[in-house]
Amino acid sequence: MLKFVLKRVFYMLLTLFIIITVTFFLMHSIPGDPLASMARNLPDQTRENYYAKYGLDKPVWEQYLIFMKNLVTKGDLGESIRYPGRSVSDTLATNSQVSGTTGGLALLLGIAIGVTLGIIAALNKNKWPDYLVMFIAILGITVPVFVLAALLQYFFTVQFHLLPTTGWGKPSNLVLPVIVLSFNTIATYARYVKSNMLEVMNQDYILTAEAKGVTPFNVVKNHVLRNAFLPCITILGGQIASVFTGSFIVERIFGIPGLGFYYISSINDRDYTMILGTTVFFGALFVIAQLLIDIVYGILDPRMRIKAKD
Amino acid sequence: MEPILEVKDLHVSFNTYAGEVKAVRGVSFTLNKGETLAFVGESGCGKTVTAKAILRLLKPPFAEIKEGSEIRYQGQDVVHMDKKTLSNYRGEEVSMIFQDPMTSLNPTMKIGKQIMESLKIHKHLNKEQARKEAIELLRLVNIPSPETRVDSYPHELSGGMRQRVMIAIALACSPSILIADEPTTALDVTIQIQIMDLLKDLKTKLGTAIILVTHDLGVVANFADRVQVMYAGQVLERGTTREIFQDSRHPYTWALLSSVPTLAKESKQELYALKGTPPDLILPLNHCPFAARCEHCMQICKEQMPPETVLSETHKVSCWLQHPDAPRTITFHGKEARS
Amino acid sequence: MDETMVKEPIPKEKFQVIGTDDFSGDVIARPQIGYWKDAWRRFRENKIATVSLVVLLLMIIMVIIGPYINGINYEDIDQGALNQAPSAEHWFGTDALGRDLFSRVWQAGRVSIAIGVAGALISTVVGCLYGGIAAYFGGAVDTILMRIVEVLFSIPYLLIVILISVITDSHSIFTLMLALTLTGWCNTARLVRGQMMQLKNQEFVLAANALGVSPWKIIVKHLLPNTLGVILVAITFDIPGYIFSEAFLSYLGLGIQAPNTSWGALASAAQQTFAFYPYQMFFPALLIALTMLSFTLLGDGLRDALDPKLRK
Repeated sequence: MLKFVLKRVFYMLLTLFIIITVTFFLMHSIPGDPLASMARNLPDQTRENYYAKYGLDKPVWEQYLIFMKNLVTKGDLGESIRYPGRSVSDTLATNSQVSGTTGGLALLLGIAIGVTLGIIAALNKNKWPDYLVMFIAILGITVPVFVLAALLQYFFTVQFHLLPTTGWGKPSNLVLPVIVLSFNTIATYARYVKSNMLEVMNQDYILTAEAKGVTPFNVVKNHVLRNAFLPCITILGGQIASVFTGSFIVERIFGIPGLGFYYISSINDRDYTMILGTTVFFGALFVIAQLLIDIVYGILDPRMRIKAKD
Repeated sequence: MEPILEVKDLHVSFNTYAGEVKAVRGVSFTLNKGETLAFVGESGCGKTVTAKAILRLLKPPFAEIKEGSEIRYQGQDVVHMDKKTLSNYRGEEVSMIFQDPMTSLNPTMKIGKQIMESLKIHKHLNKEQARKEAIELLRLVNIPSPETRVDSYPHELSGGMRQRVMIAIALACSPSILIADEPTTALDVTIQIQIMDLLKDLKTKLGTAIILVTHDLGVVANFADRVQVMYAGQVLERGTTREIFQDSRHPYTWALLSSVPTLAKESKQELYALKGTPPDLILPLNHCPFAARCEHCMQICKEQMPPETVLSETHKVSCWLQHPDAPRTITFHGKEARS
Repeated sequence: MDETMVKEPIPKEKFQVIGTDDFSGDVIARPQIGYWKDAWRRFRENKIATVSLVVLLLMIIMVIIGPYINGINYEDIDQGALNQAPSAEHWFGTDALGRDLFSRVWQAGRVSIAIGVAGALISTVVGCLYGGIAAYFGGAVDTILMRIVEVLFSIPYLLIVILISVITDSHSIFTLMLALTLTGWCNTARLVRGQMMQLKNQEFVLAANALGVSPWKIIVKHLLPNTLGVILVAITFDIPGYIFSEAFLSYLGLGIQAPNTSWGALASAAQQTFAFYPYQMFFPALLIALTMLSFTLLGDGLRDALDPKLRK
């Protein structure tokens, strides 16, 4: 098990290293330099100071080493180019709390509702609850986030004034963004849980359980659910990614000061250090989440445990 | 002889894209207390379906037990049993082991827990008692160091061991009938013998009646009290093991017997292989199902279903060769077909 | 003898042994259906999938002829008719610059669907080659190639797409396609490799090998048909994926630039004034949803139809 974890950690670090390095060099390969447009009108001396401040006077590989050193030793991702004095790491730390709240809630809600709907659909295969759930699931997968967000915003705020349109700080600000963000997770899980349950229900060991005299309810509870849920852990990674990217749009529409909001505005501002920092942060978050998912899966599935021992 | 299970005119159909496949067509038999009855026949002859029907394990709407079929366990109507009675009946009265032990155990549940499950349901034992009992059951089926094995997962055991666990699960509540559906087909030959010996042992110890579903006549000869030969969803011949192996009357039984390899046969002699395949069960078939492959086939065989001829109290056969007008035929055993 | 069951005497000549000279027993009664024919039959039985296919065909026809139907060019600006509601002249209304939305919606659909199809084709070709090579060589080559895919796969897809479009900064369709397909092929590569590896070791391929069937014939007769289904299904799921990604990027302002347009760009433009002119959002949103829906349902139907295991 330890060997399995270590191997996974190694791959995670490798992936992370590749993401950081590639992102860094890509950002520095942009024609012209990041400061060009801003510093054009400045006096020579000021401009040189500016370049020195961001280390842009040094060769790229040296900048890379400095960046990596600061990142590894201090967790420092540099300073915003657009807003001098604003530390990228601090901004990320503040914003990620906001995004973490909405994203975390959306994931929990999405999994809870999605799994429940999936079970209902599987147990009522080819009856109306199944059709209803699959209809919702298909909508959740096919209606783009921005359409859903616009619709809900229109009806709940503009038409009926039930909830605030945009903003942050009150619990009522959370309702619509969380619902919108969780929609894709609900849909994905409902479909996945349903198909897994149907597959498990066709297995021989379910027949064994039935032959034992286990009641239909207990067959589902003790035999079907655990085996059907296990693979659901593996698609959690994709869902985390979808909540990330969903937040880019949702935070913009609902005016939530989170990571996605700042990421998009730093792209529009061409704030290169912010873009670099946020990309690295997103990448790291995602890769670590994936690692945790792998380990949890390894712990929960007895078959994986043995493989992991070897 | 005390009958505990009576099956009368059992019909089972599968609803497929091409129409209704009639997998079991009027099977009737009686199982007595403590005896072993073997269902013998080629793949797809309806023996497993019959076995599953006894436990009502067939999944509607794809598979259905037809109206008019009767399955009675100690007088109780199994076909129309309600859910609660059914769950008491399964496992406690009748239980089943399956062909492939690799897939018949829940991969994410410890084997001990899988045995304890039926103990808890039927004997209402608490966790501690059930665990103790489970260890005893594992010992009964000859699993080494059962105290530690009880906490193993299925994938940590070999195929033979898993089949032993399956037997332990099936026997947990000492049912009066055990249905063994090809219990050794997926196992190595040496393991096969061990498993069959174990079953034989347990049968004498516990007095369980066994329905053995198999295509392996060697197993049948050593193990069964009575045999029924099935073909295309029907019983063609039934009798005691002695009657079937020494005085069988149906050409299909002869074909089965002659395709068994024996050491006694001259080694160079080619093994007999029955030509052709069983009829497609989607066809209506209102004549002898074996007619098309039968060396002794007569015109009548392709026109009418033969009646069941009673040869002795136990021995019955459905074949036109028993008709007084049929030509004299010498059986596989070198005797007159018609006595 | 028990003869009571015989109701009427049977003529003696019926008891002539005729033996087994004919093998009528071997006749298989159900119709024999080939794999593709059977798949097509099951596909047609699936009404939802058939309707989806029809909707998609209509959609394709409309994006081809749609921009020309009402005779107003999608780029034409009419200062006298800003933000008009749907009317006899402008069927879907006009946008903030007075451009006709009916023509724009179909022009946008052209771009969106073209990107979806092109993206799916590129990732299929690359994915098949990559996965095929990994499966064919196996061993170390396979390990290394699949590790690379694993690393690429573990980076959030849209992050890469955003990054590439920020860096290239040109917003041409070409760079957009590059950004979208840069890692989009990974999934196909995995699928193809998995399927090939599984087939390679399956009994029927081993049997064909042992029987001396030529490798070429094994590939054409066994490997290809069995992989084709998987690829076909992957394509139907890839197309809406690319349409969605493009809509996402365009919505964020990183995709298609004016005066050209796509459904995502139209929706993005409509977003600001959504409370006042909801119809501007309605039409592109409806078409995105309808297209995605049809492709997804079509994919579901194809998957069910092409899976021989689901055959009853």
